[in-house]
Amino acid sequence: MKIDKPLVESIAELAQLALPGEELNLQIDSLQNILDLADQMAAVDTQDVEPMANPLDAVQRLRADTVTESDQRDHFQTHAPATKDGLYLVPRVVE
Amino acid sequence: MTMHNRTIAQMGADMAAGDYSSVELTTHYLDRIAAEDVRLNSYITGMRDSALTEAAAADADRLNGAGSNRPLLGIPIAHKDIFCTEGTRTSAGSRMLDNFIAPYSATVVEKFRSAGAITLGKTNMDEFAMGSSNETSFYGAVTNPWGENRVPGGSSGGSAAAVAARLCAGATGTDTGGSIRQPAAFCGITGLKPTYGRISRWGIIAYASSLDQAGPMTRSAEDAAIMLGVMAGADERDSTSLDVPVPDYVSQLDRPLTGLRLGRVRQYFEHDIDAGSGARIEDAINALCKLGATVVDVDLANLRHAIPAYYVIAPAECSANLSRYDGVRFGYRCDDPIDLADLYRRSRSEGLGREVQRRILAGTFALSAGYYDAYYRKAQQVRRLIRDDFVNAFDIADVLIGPTTPAPAFALGEKTDDQLAMYLQDIFTIGANLAGLPALSMPVGLSDGLPVGLQLIAPHLEEARLLNVAHQYQMGTDFHTLTPVGTVAAGGQPSEQP
Repeated sequence: MKIDKPLVESIAELAQLALPGEELNLQIDSLQNILDLADQMAAVDTQDVEPMANPLDAVQRLRADTVTESDQRDHFQTHAPATKDGLYLVPRVVE
Repeated sequence: MTMHNRTIAQMGADMAAGDYSSVELTTHYLDRIAAEDVRLNSYITGMRDSALTEAAAADADRLNGAGSNRPLLGIPIAHKDIFCTEGTRTSAGSRMLDNFIAPYSATVVEKFRSAGAITLGKTNMDEFAMGSSNETSFYGAVTNPWGENRVPGGSSGGSAAAVAARLCAGATGTDTGGSIRQPAAFCGITGLKPTYGRISRWGIIAYASSLDQAGPMTRSAEDAAIMLGVMAGADERDSTSLDVPVPDYVSQLDRPLTGLRLGRVRQYFEHDIDAGSGARIEDAINALCKLGATVVDVDLANLRHAIPAYYVIAPAECSANLSRYDGVRFGYRCDDPIDLADLYRRSRSEGLGREVQRRILAGTFALSAGYYDAYYRKAQQVRRLIRDDFVNAFDIADVLIGPTTPAPAFALGEKTDDQLAMYLQDIFTIGANLAGLPALSMPVGLSDGLPVGLQLIAPHLEEARLLNVAHQYQMGTDFHTLTPVGTVAAGGQPSEQP
């Protein structure tokens, strides 16, 4: 598949990345390389092959729905760029 | 002093015999790091003070009789900077986490602490484990101790270089597509990627969750067995960890190899392999045959699709895992964001390097509406075909064998502008990740003065078999004791091929 600038711009938006012009052009070329690699798989016959998510076909272990963690909000918020009154601060969203 | 040339097993015996204390040993390593690592850059963060405190506690434990059955008591090791260490920066080699002081420790880190091991520091790595040369690290490239201008491999390049240069007794690494085995091969050490789920991933910064697995990087198979015994086991905090008993790996090292069937993977040997590396691999296979092994050819017909499948699956999972880095709760935040979207986007693009952003973009594309079936679903189907080939091969072979890499360590900067050449570095290692199999690389000699790695792959949960084969080989050869020139100034053995 051939990719172009508008497609990469829309992927960057989905991925929440800000790519300045030169960086965008670089990434277009390298993404094309990855897609060319991926397109090699098109030749493989995968009719009736079940997709495999876990190589040991293991299923997610479940545990009892009980609280096991203590409240560590203050501890974790010491690592945040900006907090106030136990809340994380971001630029104003609603005027 | 030549303490640093002793293996973990030997250091344990030395300390039990009272030859030296953990404080002496730890101080010796810290001094070596201070003197040598300016050149190598294998550590991102040193932990001198806590290491000396831990060493004193280990010595006290030993004095109080709490030393028996604790082979890692007082042994100084290093952790790849992808394992969270409470109270110490855990950067994953990224500007994004340059200011991140981990609020808790990974299960693996806690297990080593309980075992009495000493943490010397956090080792350098490719950013978020995405790379094969350690050159994508925010903290700069690492020099391979075997050659001034050579890469150590990646992504666990700092751990590999530190073990090879005797700047720690052993180290942890993680392996998503070859990130333990390829640097182990390039630096002439033993590296083991266990079965997917064998070791808890809780507290290990995630790259591709269906592939990531931690493992030991050591000077010998015996040391790897000692470390794996501590690392392995189920963990309630990682629901993908396997609830399977952990065998005594050390006790199985001495089994004879009589009757062992080595599967020579045809697809590996059909590939263009450096002549010197190819010769060392053949020598090693012959040596194993002298120990009683036999060789059969095996076909892994779908293996040629491993790199394409990997470069869909790994980026897809990476794009999901790395969405947490948004500049809000921890990590890098851009200056003066004008609105929330600007905060997210500039924090991510300024905080993450080019290769990481490339994989996020590729993965976002592969998972996006309209392309999911053609790429992600297809890759997961191909992955099953690859896995089934491996499982079938184990009907006729006990261990699969081949080179770890097509050639020894390449030059710094040689492949940084050639994305596909870099991706192809992992051509022999990715298969084991996709199939979830345990695989080990061990040194089998030199090609043009650089180490060559032999890869062994075993059925699921048969790590003991890999360690047994490697140990038996190492008992009869001394390639694993080769030391890079210039790193043993304090009285070690000079490097030369035996």
